[in-house]
Amino acid sequence: MELITVPKVIELPKSKMMNGSHPLNPHIVVEHLNIYIQGNHILKDINMTIPDKSITCIIGPSGCGKTTLLRSLNRLHDDNVDVKIIGKLFVDNEDIYAKGTEVTHIRKKMGLLAQRPCSLPMSIFDNVVYGPRLHGVRGRRKLYEIARHQLVAVGLWDEVKDRLKTPASTLSIGQQQRLCLARGLAVEPEIILGDEATSALDPISSKTIEELFVTIKDRYTVVLVTHTLRQAKRIADYVAFMYMGELVEFGTADQLFNHPKSQLTKEYISGGFS
Amino acid sequence: MNTKKIEEKIFKGLMIGSSMLIFGVLLYILYIILKKGLPSLSWEMISQIPSGGFYLGKEGGILNAIMGSLYLIFFSVVISLMISVPVVMYLNFTLKKKSRFSAFARLTFDVLFGIPSIVYGAFGFTVLIFFGLQASLLGGIIAVSLLIIPVMIRSIDEVAVLIPVELIEATKSLGATNYETIKVIVRQLLPGISTAVLLSVGRGIGDGATVLFTAGYTDSIPTSLTQPTATLPLAIFFQLSSPIEEVQNRAYSAALILTVIILMLSFSARYFSRRFSKNKI
Amino acid sequence: MLKSRLLKDRIARHYMLTATVMAIFFLFLIGGGLFVNSLPIMQEKGLWTLLTTSNWRPFKGEFGFASYILSTLYVTGIAIFIALPLSLLTSIYIIEYASPKILRAFSSVVDLLAGIPPVIYGVWGTLTIVPFISESLAPHFVEFSTGYSVLAAGVVLAIMIIPLIISILMEVFSAVPKEMREASMSLGATKWQTVKKVVIRKSIPGIIAATVLAISRAFGETLAVLMVCGNFTDLPKSIFDACYPLPALIANNYGEMMSVPQYESALMFAAFLLFFIIVLFNVISRVVLIQIDKRYQL
Repeated sequence: MELITVPKVIELPKSKMMNGSHPLNPHIVVEHLNIYIQGNHILKDINMTIPDKSITCIIGPSGCGKTTLLRSLNRLHDDNVDVKIIGKLFVDNEDIYAKGTEVTHIRKKMGLLAQRPCSLPMSIFDNVVYGPRLHGVRGRRKLYEIARHQLVAVGLWDEVKDRLKTPASTLSIGQQQRLCLARGLAVEPEIILGDEATSALDPISSKTIEELFVTIKDRYTVVLVTHTLRQAKRIADYVAFMYMGELVEFGTADQLFNHPKSQLTKEYISGGFS
Repeated sequence: MNTKKIEEKIFKGLMIGSSMLIFGVLLYILYIILKKGLPSLSWEMISQIPSGGFYLGKEGGILNAIMGSLYLIFFSVVISLMISVPVVMYLNFTLKKKSRFSAFARLTFDVLFGIPSIVYGAFGFTVLIFFGLQASLLGGIIAVSLLIIPVMIRSIDEVAVLIPVELIEATKSLGATNYETIKVIVRQLLPGISTAVLLSVGRGIGDGATVLFTAGYTDSIPTSLTQPTATLPLAIFFQLSSPIEEVQNRAYSAALILTVIILMLSFSARYFSRRFSKNKI
Repeated sequence: MLKSRLLKDRIARHYMLTATVMAIFFLFLIGGGLFVNSLPIMQEKGLWTLLTTSNWRPFKGEFGFASYILSTLYVTGIAIFIALPLSLLTSIYIIEYASPKILRAFSSVVDLLAGIPPVIYGVWGTLTIVPFISESLAPHFVEFSTGYSVLAAGVVLAIMIIPLIISILMEVFSAVPKEMREASMSLGATKWQTVKKVVIRKSIPGIIAATVLAISRAFGETLAVLMVCGNFTDLPKSIFDACYPLPALIANNYGEMMSVPQYESALMFAAFLLFFIIVLFNVISRVVLIQIDKRYQL
């Protein structure tokens, strides 16, 4: 892992965005993002660049806005009437909050893993191929291949191969979360978002999901909201520390945990507050 | 992709159309009732009983029906409460959680809830015959009580299951008997029980099929349980088809009054259930 | 002190148990009472004759219920046919698409409609639907219609049961977890696709339950139907003809019961028939729901 010092605020001019020679390839660029929920200023002028093909963990005490930020990445706030969003958010050069942007193809680029595994009310097989079916993939053999491939990728295949048609709700929580990951991967996204994806799981299932994230990061950009510092320390490549709606510090894991720049960060990672 | 967009648009249009239709129908119904009932509504209408026979007499009002319905529903609610509250308390807080008896009981009450009012009326009639009684206030009370007991049980049950387990564990840890625990719970549930009462009154006061066979009909206000009584729904039903215009007007006024009563009950029930959820957490 | 507390507890327990047993017993008491009262006519005429013949001439001792049963099915069928799609569409819109303000306003509307007594719907139906059918609608299709018809009864019933179905469906759709919708949308589904493939699917048991309740209510509704159906025994040939559902039969002939032997028993049989059909229907749908739950674990 190269030691790159990343400054607190990254404001890359647009021309540098797709520059392949830059060691840091930004995938998502957040520019002056402000989010108001029911009038409250929840996210305050966030500027952040999330590099691709790596794991970025967003940490911070509860209520700091990390979940709000994560969900703004795939425009999940769209349905919430009380939410006002100002600012720009670029994914692959495209401002997803620009007027007239079509939202479903943006969401297709991202897979979301929620805190409580939420399997759809259908069989295991139908869950995995739900996304592909939506986007027009047809043909039993093709769908079967997709399902098999993703279930193998998340390590679930052996456990479910004989009961693909049974309801997904019969799986254990740990299995369901892996199923959700398989489901998300099936739409061939570029980015995986995780909203405290392991907090509802037992330690063994947690470990499995974490290992999966590490396995897939060479092909996907992974952005995780982490509820424990330890998880971030274990798997993060980059870390964003948020406090009270502001991005306090952003850097590589090594840099933020071992040589934090801000006093606040120092206090947080030493357990001063949570 | 385009067909999907078209499909979505079509359905959205249908959905909005159907919502507006339903909203419009309510307004239309209220409008008609007002239009027909308001002109004939007067102080005499609600303070006098019909004179000269309810079907042909031109004078008088519908006080017989108003008082009859009020008496009827009052006693029915009292009887119903005396059965419904203990039942819900028993099923939720005395029996074990997953007891088969309570599952069976709930199934029975669900079935009773779906039984049409005319069946209750017909049954009430057989009871009257069996005991050699006449169609009377008492008969009506029996039939209406039977009708609203399942309604009340379902309504109270819905709020009873929301009582947090911690409350019960707390009282039990203090050494309370089951009865004492229930007393605490009932206090907590009073808003929910009030809502249940309001709902039951709404259901019982407007129902004509239950009282058709059992309460009879008369011009006067009953002075004892064994006398027949007029009721608002039957006042409408019987007087609507009269050839005499004044009698028809009595029917429309009764319809308006009944509707107003229902509206008031509806708003009170909503007010109570909002108050209830405020206190809950 | 403790003794009296325990005594009160015991008394309370007995009282509650008695009340519960009584309440459960009501179901069997009602069924039994009606059954016993219908025995005379069942014994005299035989169940088969009663159910399949259509001659209704009480003064000659002929009691054939077939046309009444068919009328009831006819009218209920039309009511559900109109009510179910409208209720589904409206509930989906209100819960999934409408703003919170509209949701609140609509809840009030639905509650109000649900509370309006059947007799009021009957009055309204007589004043508006019946003339409309007679003057504006029927002339396009048949030669003559008084307006008091199967269609009138079906429409009035439909309007009566729509608020019932909607209030249940609104609860059912709201109960679908937010995360499930988000999961679907995060995969790139549009709102409508999410509604179709996830929300409705998850709500199937609730939709069935609502339909069952609505059918029960429509089947047994008396006064509203009575006022607009025409009360004519012959089997209706079209929806513009008058009909005579079972509850209307019972209600109308209440006065004449005493005049003819067996008449009373016949009407009690009609009531028992209603009771039996509805109880059977409810129990069967309960079983179906349990099976769905087991198989699909929604």
